[in-house]
Amino acid sequence: MDNELIVIDNAVVSYREDIALRGVSLKVSKGEFVGIIGPNGAGKTTLLTVVNGMGKLLAGKVRVLGHYLRSGNGHSLRKKVGYVPQVQNIDPRMPICVREVVMIGRYGILGILSRPGRDDYEIVDEAIELVGMSHLARRPIGHLSGGELQRVSIARALAQQPEMLLLDEPTASLDWKAQSDILELVKMVHDTRFLTTLFVTHDLSCLPVTCDRVVLMKEGIIWGEGPPEELLTDDNLSRLYDMPVSVVRSRREKAVPVHL
Amino acid sequence: MDFSIFGYQFMQNAILSAFLGGIACATIGVFVVLMHMPFIGVCMSHAAFAGALLGLWLGFNPLVGAFGVSLLSAAIIGPLADRGELSPETSIGVIFSLMLGLAFLFMGLMPGTKSGALELLWGSILTNTRSDIILLGIVAFVVVALVFLFYKEIQATIFNRDTALAVGIPAAVFLYGILFLTGATITASLRSIGGLLIFSLILNPAAAAYQLTYNMKTMFLLAAAFGVLSGWVGLLFSYFFNLPSGATIVVTSSVIFLIAAIFSPKRKVKGWQSKPLQEEQP
Repeated sequence: MDNELIVIDNAVVSYREDIALRGVSLKVSKGEFVGIIGPNGAGKTTLLTVVNGMGKLLAGKVRVLGHYLRSGNGHSLRKKVGYVPQVQNIDPRMPICVREVVMIGRYGILGILSRPGRDDYEIVDEAIELVGMSHLARRPIGHLSGGELQRVSIARALAQQPEMLLLDEPTASLDWKAQSDILELVKMVHDTRFLTTLFVTHDLSCLPVTCDRVVLMKEGIIWGEGPPEELLTDDNLSRLYDMPVSVVRSRREKAVPVHL
Repeated sequence: MDFSIFGYQFMQNAILSAFLGGIACATIGVFVVLMHMPFIGVCMSHAAFAGALLGLWLGFNPLVGAFGVSLLSAAIIGPLADRGELSPETSIGVIFSLMLGLAFLFMGLMPGTKSGALELLWGSILTNTRSDIILLGIVAFVVVALVFLFYKEIQATIFNRDTALAVGIPAAVFLYGILFLTGATITASLRSIGGLLIFSLILNPAAAAYQLTYNMKTMFLLAAAFGVLSGWVGLLFSYFFNLPSGATIVVTSSVIFLIAAIFSPKRKVKGWQSKPLQEEQP
């Protein structure tokens, strides 16, 4: 029981008239690396918002790290959950440097009215070093490339010293080299920090092949879950993405798998 | 130069008002510039103007009207900016034009002389009274104190509201706090600078500081310095050339922005990148 960090029971979430999640149930144990894949609009991001306490449940129960999701109570939960979004558009003139952006990860934990101390700077510098960004620590954030921005996002999530890491399409819009670098980094961080990781992507080639488990999502429901080698068959993928088996097969053959 | 002007009580009041108003407006301006919501500020300042005229027309304190209506407009615009789903410009444009329309409607409905209304439109820093200065002082103090106390939360919210939320900061509280402070600052400066011009004093000093630094603390300090400088230089021009003070203050702030933009190191990205990065300084 204590080993289950995430327990989602029959969650229903809706944005206006669209139902984003239609009765989703999922359990994730401590230390697992779970890949969530599916086409655009499948409800993958919504599932992450449910996990980090930002989703509005219409029905069902969600317990994450011992917190039960209710509207407006997620701030204390989010301090313990690192979140890495898609590459964000950042104003190139924004007056804030890489080290300050990573420090934002400490702000929630520090709480109102307290200032970062020596320990916080040590944690931040360690996170920056882990993602290989020490040489750019003083650079204005708007001057970085997409891949570098994602490294900073990961460092910021690590600065929270989280128990759990959520990644929402972290490699979308990156070039091939940057994608594989980020995947490698995510896996390394997961292992060295003993994290529980949820990795969302619509792109199969962007899923670390060493996932413990994959969850297939489509149209707001979980469509299948299990070990990647069993679940990621050409047949399943063809039904998930509504493409003929032959197209899926040829695409997968062309794609270079990322072995970590 | 004849410095006897500083001996007059009205001039001392004006210099103090320019100092306090410059700091408050420029600090608010940093939020407005960095959060990319200049139009929200324009809308709120016109709402304050409309509210003040409502007060003049119906016979209650115009500043109460200004504060009330600018907060009302923030209550409508805030959720649009907060959700950030679709570009809120169209809705803000509609509210902005409504506020301007209401302002002139109230002016038309007002019986008798319109001089009080025109004063709120153009501002009259030279007739500021002790109570105006006290109000400005309180607002400037509160704005600066809150930025000082909540600097890290404000920095995170300005950088990216989703990121702030994701690390456990109640970003919406800070967004609405910022809108509330904007309303309070506009209200307190309304009589000095005027409803039509106040927004320039919010935007220009911060926009000028934005051209010059990659450090947010420096930006706050520079913006406040430019705000005060705009007020004082504008006052001097107003006095020596017998021009409307609100207008000279705003023109001065625009000139400061122009100079900052011309000399901005951010325009020369290549040159900046060729400089070696500083060593880590914990």
